[in-house]
Amino acid sequence: MALTIKITTMSFKNIQFSREELARYNRHIIIPGFGLEAQQKLKAAKVLVIGSGGLGSPVLLYLAAAGVGTIGIVDFDVVDDSNLQRQVLFGVHEIGQPKVEAAKRRIESLNPHVNLRLYNTHLNSQNAMEIIRDFDVVADGTDNFPTRYLVNDACVLLDKPNVYASIFQFEGQVSVFNYLERNGQRGPNYRDLYPTPPPPGLVPSCAEGGVLGVLPGIIGSLQALEVIKVITGVGEPLSGRFYIFDALHFETRTFNIKRRQDNPVNGKNPTISELIDYEQFCGMRAVEERPIKEITARELHDLQVSGEKFQLIDVREPHEYSIVNIGAELIPLGLVTENAGRIDKGIPVVIHCKGGGRSAKAIRDLEQQFGFENLYNLKGGILAYIDEVQPELTRY
Amino acid sequence: MATVIIPTPLRKFTNNSARLEVKSGNIHNSIHELTEHFPELRKHLLDEKGKIRSFLNIFVGNEDIRDLQQEKTTVEENTIISIIPAIAGGANY
Repeated sequence: MALTIKITTMSFKNIQFSREELARYNRHIIIPGFGLEAQQKLKAAKVLVIGSGGLGSPVLLYLAAAGVGTIGIVDFDVVDDSNLQRQVLFGVHEIGQPKVEAAKRRIESLNPHVNLRLYNTHLNSQNAMEIIRDFDVVADGTDNFPTRYLVNDACVLLDKPNVYASIFQFEGQVSVFNYLERNGQRGPNYRDLYPTPPPPGLVPSCAEGGVLGVLPGIIGSLQALEVIKVITGVGEPLSGRFYIFDALHFETRTFNIKRRQDNPVNGKNPTISELIDYEQFCGMRAVEERPIKEITARELHDLQVSGEKFQLIDVREPHEYSIVNIGAELIPLGLVTENAGRIDKGIPVVIHCKGGGRSAKAIRDLEQQFGFENLYNLKGGILAYIDEVQPELTRY
Repeated sequence: MATVIIPTPLRKFTNNSARLEVKSGNIHNSIHELTEHFPELRKHLLDEKGKIRSFLNIFVGNEDIRDLQQEKTTVEENTIISIIPAIAGGANY
């Protein structure tokens, strides 16, 4: 029995199936040790999938196909053509549409028996508890550290199991966090595994470092598998264990992980009893003590037409530069400090990236290590420049 | 010799080597030996005080060194050391 899902275990026995459903789920129902009871638990379950991108695509498709009764989808984003290399939920006709809407259409065509709840919003400290509260299991397929800690803490505070997966380039990670073990104790959570977040900029994101498209397909499928095991109580969920897949060398490793007494949410002396500011926690706003000087896209344009001398530097990667650029000198973030000599100290220097994050990191490094005082971050990056100044350029 | 498995994000600092050999001893010495051979790894593995960065997970065999003797955890011949950084996915900041 899945102790984790109290609502399911209480009510799944009343779950009925139509003839169409019985035909649809036949290959589940005939598996010894799974059977009608597991299928009833799936139909009674409510799963919240956070992020409908690379990981969320296979998770949603397989959970919907498997007959999970209620699926919630949280995503604020719209479908972009750079998503289609791995986000198999979407097609070319959906580019520009909200992901939750596109996902809804795909899932409804796959399994009309699924009840969908859409949250076309950013999950944040204000709405996370309210959204997660009504679900039995959470599948975290988000793409940034603040949201990872947010989802984790909300799940721990609400006693929800959190099926975690993460990917980068050729590597994937999977674990089941905060799972109610048979002994009545909760298993480890994300903060037991990663007590502190990495400083921004030190760990590259997939947007900089890339990801092989099939990898989230593999890892997201494992995530869907663990969700199904958590719901049905069939098998041994990946709780207290941490799975790593290296696609390049085809190696898998499974490590043991344990609860930590110093976990601030559910350790010996918890200090977090409600959701906090996760961007601040992850250092995204650590610059507050000394703000980085900013320039808006409009102001940059004014500077360009004024004829005044200034230097414009782009810290994105060469492939991004080849998609679209605004005539800046290209010095990718990883090479900025060793190329500090190319940056003028006597005239204003505007530094930009795609959205403003990497350029802020470049400025912080240059200011701290070389004492620059003339650096300006292009607010909103090249995307803001395209929106406000040159809409004819290619967005990506 | 013990083996250290280098995660994808750090392979650009090890000439793309995924596995490196280090002398047996303890984790502190093994990690420092790596950073001596590959100085660019240093800022990713060690903080200013030369301690292993808190957001890195290091496993000896299947066990987290935090559940063993931390940096003093013994590294024997044939020990497999895995360095597992936090990865979060796709967002572009």
